[in-house]
Amino acid sequence: METYVFDGSLTGLLSAVFIAYERRSDAVKVVSQDRYQPDLLGGGIKIDADSRQADRVWKGLAKRVGAAGLNTFYAAFLGEDAQGYQSLFDLSRAVFDRGGDIMEDFGNVQLLFVSQLARKVHREKHRMEAFVRFQKTADGLFTSFVAPDYNVLPLIRRHFTDRYADQRWLIYDSKRKYGLYYDGDSTAEVEIEFSGPTGKMRTSSLPENVLAEDEGLYQRLWKGYFNHTNIAARKNTKLHIRHIPKRYWRYLTEKSDLHL
Amino acid sequence: MQIEEKLNILADAAKYDVSCASSGGTRKNSGKGLGNSHQSGICHSYTEDGRCVSLLKILLTNHCIYDCAFCVSRRSNDIRRAAFKVQEVVDLTINFYRRNYIEGLFLSSGIFKNADYTMERLLQIVKKLRTEERFHGYIHLKTIPGASEQLVREAGLYADRMSINLELPTEAGLKQLAPEKSHEEVKKPLDWVNKSMIQLNGERQLMRRVPTFVPAGQSTQLVVGATAESDKDILYTADRFYRDYGLKRVYYSGYIPVSEDHRLPAIGSHPPLLRENRLYQTDWLMRFYGFEVSELLNDDHPFLDTAIDPKLSWALRCPQVFPIDVNTAEYRMILRVPGIGVGSAQKIVQARKFGKLRFDQLRKIGVALNRARHFIWCADSVLSLREPSPMEIRQRILASQAYRFSPTQLSLF
Repeated sequence: METYVFDGSLTGLLSAVFIAYERRSDAVKVVSQDRYQPDLLGGGIKIDADSRQADRVWKGLAKRVGAAGLNTFYAAFLGEDAQGYQSLFDLSRAVFDRGGDIMEDFGNVQLLFVSQLARKVHREKHRMEAFVRFQKTADGLFTSFVAPDYNVLPLIRRHFTDRYADQRWLIYDSKRKYGLYYDGDSTAEVEIEFSGPTGKMRTSSLPENVLAEDEGLYQRLWKGYFNHTNIAARKNTKLHIRHIPKRYWRYLTEKSDLHL
Repeated sequence: MQIEEKLNILADAAKYDVSCASSGGTRKNSGKGLGNSHQSGICHSYTEDGRCVSLLKILLTNHCIYDCAFCVSRRSNDIRRAAFKVQEVVDLTINFYRRNYIEGLFLSSGIFKNADYTMERLLQIVKKLRTEERFHGYIHLKTIPGASEQLVREAGLYADRMSINLELPTEAGLKQLAPEKSHEEVKKPLDWVNKSMIQLNGERQLMRRVPTFVPAGQSTQLVVGATAESDKDILYTADRFYRDYGLKRVYYSGYIPVSEDHRLPAIGSHPPLLRENRLYQTDWLMRFYGFEVSELLNDDHPFLDTAIDPKLSWALRCPQVFPIDVNTAEYRMILRVPGIGVGSAQKIVQARKFGKLRFDQLRKIGVALNRARHFIWCADSVLSLREPSPMEIRQRILASQAYRFSPTQLSLF
């Protein structure tokens, strides 16, 4: 059994698939750099992220599994899961060895793991489309802080760009320290260092002095609406929490206790 | 009156309309305006009763000339009344939408002065949102009973969904609680809109520029448990409206007592939530699982079994159909197995091409085996000497912990 250590990027993982064929490796364990712990025997093979190799593998996969299959691969990769990387690696090799039909074989454990991980990532993507709350700042930037379970910003980019085409906005992932910024024309990934510890904030509310004049009013109106549209006779806390797990509350204007 | 107070009153008055769907819209944001439709809809939040908050759901006003016994806004009810100005509704919608609170607007109204006057106001709001604000988010507009055909058709050009409520499942029930209304008044606008949709869809085959018209279709709502109708009455009515008017959805709303009226359940009595749930499950079986309503409810079985779900209930009544071999059976038969949903059924049909499926694979695919195993045959099934009777199967399933709706859990509601 050989161990491949890749840099954690998609390019790196796809390069690993390329190298496996080049070296004619048999069983391979893939592990990302940040999770790699050299054992006594050493022997981890460092994989360089090579975009030419990765590109060939990606195109090869595309030919065999189609657009829907590629989406599943990409989503599962964004799951940032150690076993997910391994399953993606093994599944890729199975696709090259046995053909793209394997993507329908839900009796296969690797495929099942990849498709279930992809589904979790998609669910988180959908949650972010729902739970992002913009606060309007004095200079007209609609700002939101999130900390999704998986790295879903690349997946929500298109949705927010299409929808909020006539306002500038920023969605910042305070766990992964990067954001999406739309300047009124196009969306780009940005890295910003915030002076405050945004990852540990109790709520995601911005300080009042940077907010637009009417921001407080609309937050109050929204909270009032949220409470009044509830039907007390149907109270079902269990269901409520299943739909909005508590870890998301601090990002939701209507669920954070801090009043403006 | 302050805008905050108005919003609270008019949200309170609108919340008994259960529809909050925002799916099925087709609007795109092509011209750098604001908003678009999301294919499957988005629930931006959930209230403490566990219901989806997708749209800003409000009444334009809760002043009403009608006196329907089941309605909180009836004219004889002593409550605070309020009315929005057109611009106030527009501003609320746009500002909530820009903050990603909502998918769009659900606008209804009490009827003031007369039907056309009210409908005209609603039309003004949606027209302003679409044309002046270039808003492409979702709009669900209630049709006001008695409004003229011209106004209803024009509203269809701006709304994604239109709906008008039947309120009670039978004409007799309506006569009892809302003598000023009738099902005929509801059928007329449903028919106008449906005919326009069919006509425009026909034209769309031939011409390129045909205006969007109610792309997310029509829906209606039935109140459950206010009057004595059976589940059969309710779902036969729903089935007829699905067929006659091409409805996208029928909503079932467990009646929540809002008045001291001898004709109605008393204030404080619990809304029939479990019954409501069973009605929705049956509705799903009719729309996505290929069941005829008469298979699930008929003169021998006018009520749904509350202890078990309607598909299981049907399967136990039809032991001659089972067991089904999942490795050979047709897709439509696999769909009929209790514990197998649409997603699992599709995966089974794909996966069995690669080899005979076993129980452990079915479990991983997502089949609820505690129910399904009594009705299926797969690669590692063991031949048993004696088939258990439907009654025994029912007992076993109810006894298994995993069955969510076992009667012991009812106390949760």
